[in-house]
Amino acid sequence: MYPFSYTKVSDVPAAVKAGSDGGRYIAGGTTLVDLMRETVERPGALVDISALPLRDIAATKGGGLRIGALARMAEVAAHPTVRALYPVISQALELSASPQLRNMASIGGNIMQRPRCTYFRDVTAACNRREPGSGCAAREGFNRTHAILGTSDHCVATHPSDAAVAFAALEATVHLLGPGGERTVGFADFLLRPGATPQREQNLRPGELITAVEIPSHPRPLRSGYLKVRDRQSYEFALISAAVALHVRGGVIQTAKVAAGGVGTVSWKLSAVERRLIGQRPSEALWTQAAEVAAEGAQPLTHNGFKVELLKRTVERQLRVVGGTR
Amino acid sequence: MPTDPPAAESSALSRRTFVTTTVAVGGAVAVGDLVAAPLALGAAPAAATEAVLSTRVSLVVNGKQVTATVDNRTSLLDLLREHLGLTGSKKGCNAGACGACTVLVDGRRVNGCLTLAVRLEGAKVTTIEGLENGDRLHPLQQAFIDQDAFQCGFCTPGQIMSGIGCLQEGHTGSADEIREWMSGNLCRCGCYVKITRAVEQAARWK
Repeated sequence: MYPFSYTKVSDVPAAVKAGSDGGRYIAGGTTLVDLMRETVERPGALVDISALPLRDIAATKGGGLRIGALARMAEVAAHPTVRALYPVISQALELSASPQLRNMASIGGNIMQRPRCTYFRDVTAACNRREPGSGCAAREGFNRTHAILGTSDHCVATHPSDAAVAFAALEATVHLLGPGGERTVGFADFLLRPGATPQREQNLRPGELITAVEIPSHPRPLRSGYLKVRDRQSYEFALISAAVALHVRGGVIQTAKVAAGGVGTVSWKLSAVERRLIGQRPSEALWTQAAEVAAEGAQPLTHNGFKVELLKRTVERQLRVVGGTR
Repeated sequence: MPTDPPAAESSALSRRTFVTTTVAVGGAVAVGDLVAAPLALGAAPAAATEAVLSTRVSLVVNGKQVTATVDNRTSLLDLLREHLGLTGSKKGCNAGACGACTVLVDGRRVNGCLTLAVRLEGAKVTTIEGLENGDRLHPLQQAFIDQDAFQCGFCTPGQIMSGIGCLQEGHTGSADEIREWMSGNLCRCGCYVKITRAVEQAARWK
């Protein structure tokens, strides 16, 4: 690990000032400290934001949910309002990492997670994200866990967050505060696909701080849930995951919110699946028909072709779990 | 796998010897400059060279006030093991993947290896060494003995500290629930069945 200076800030303006001066924000630190030890991350100055008043979790007046960026994963997962309004968020969080890590890691940090690609984490390997222009060792390397959607010639790493899959499905917004003031970014625009600039991972301006993630209101009753398929039963990143939320009224699906994890370079909204569901009556046949288009546009690599079929099956199964058959 | 810049490695004095001599336990102030050796070799990125790279931190470890000046890079695990001589918490992966370093910080179980010591001003830390009450073992320590829940024992302190977190959080409703909520602690000897039984035993005891 390289040396760094350390400053703990007690209010948001001081944080933004320190961040604008080139400081790197640290909240839970579970990703950052790990990557600093691997020398993948080499910040010269850490700005500790853990004391900022950004931890509230509350229903919004329209029936949505606002989660402070510094709320810990464990707190959000266990929060009665979250469990009642959006089980998909609680489930995604509780299927992430370990109890110890969930006690440390924040929601803001969770969506800021960097790739788990082994070549990204190995400073001796070629990686365009870590070292732009150096190449991508994963493209022709061991890429069984890599992305099949949203990839580019420059990068094929998946986004590792489970919560981000739920946020993408539910069309969350990310609240930001920077030197230029506040702004709000839709989740679909917050995480960036690699394209030709894989080193740019989020829609963030210099010094900007995530203050909250907000879930808009959705029609009620809303049934939702998260399914995670992985190589071991617990404490592992997703091979495939699916976040599903459905509002059924009069026997017809009025609202369908679906996204997948483990397949995209960003959490992957499944709009084609949603379109096949809306206006239809729940049935076994419908879940199969809708899931059939889950992998549209997929471009498998040498070792991850299995993800195409597994994605369809995972989505189908979770549609059945959340939607039932009637 | 490289985990340190080479310049930070070389020092005439062994790190363990050096830090042990510059730390004070029990309220006294440590005056040693722990970062002098690595920095003299010029490993710092430009942004950090002008800045202060070590910090004085005061925290409570197993009920005792501790003050130490630490290199900002020092993890809680290294503070415990290398500075304070509390070697019960183990360094397995040093990457948050094995749980051998699990301790309680302000009552919550966390990975000591991913916690920067400099961030713990005012915190209360409990390690495996802080569990005994006089000469009586904590019920979960006793349960690990009763259930024969270890072989090599390397992961055991982390398992027990994590088990205490699991008990406090109330995730002991079934063996399945215990397994899920103890999944952050790996045991390469494969004692999971007995570890689960030990947590069940301690849950009944409560």
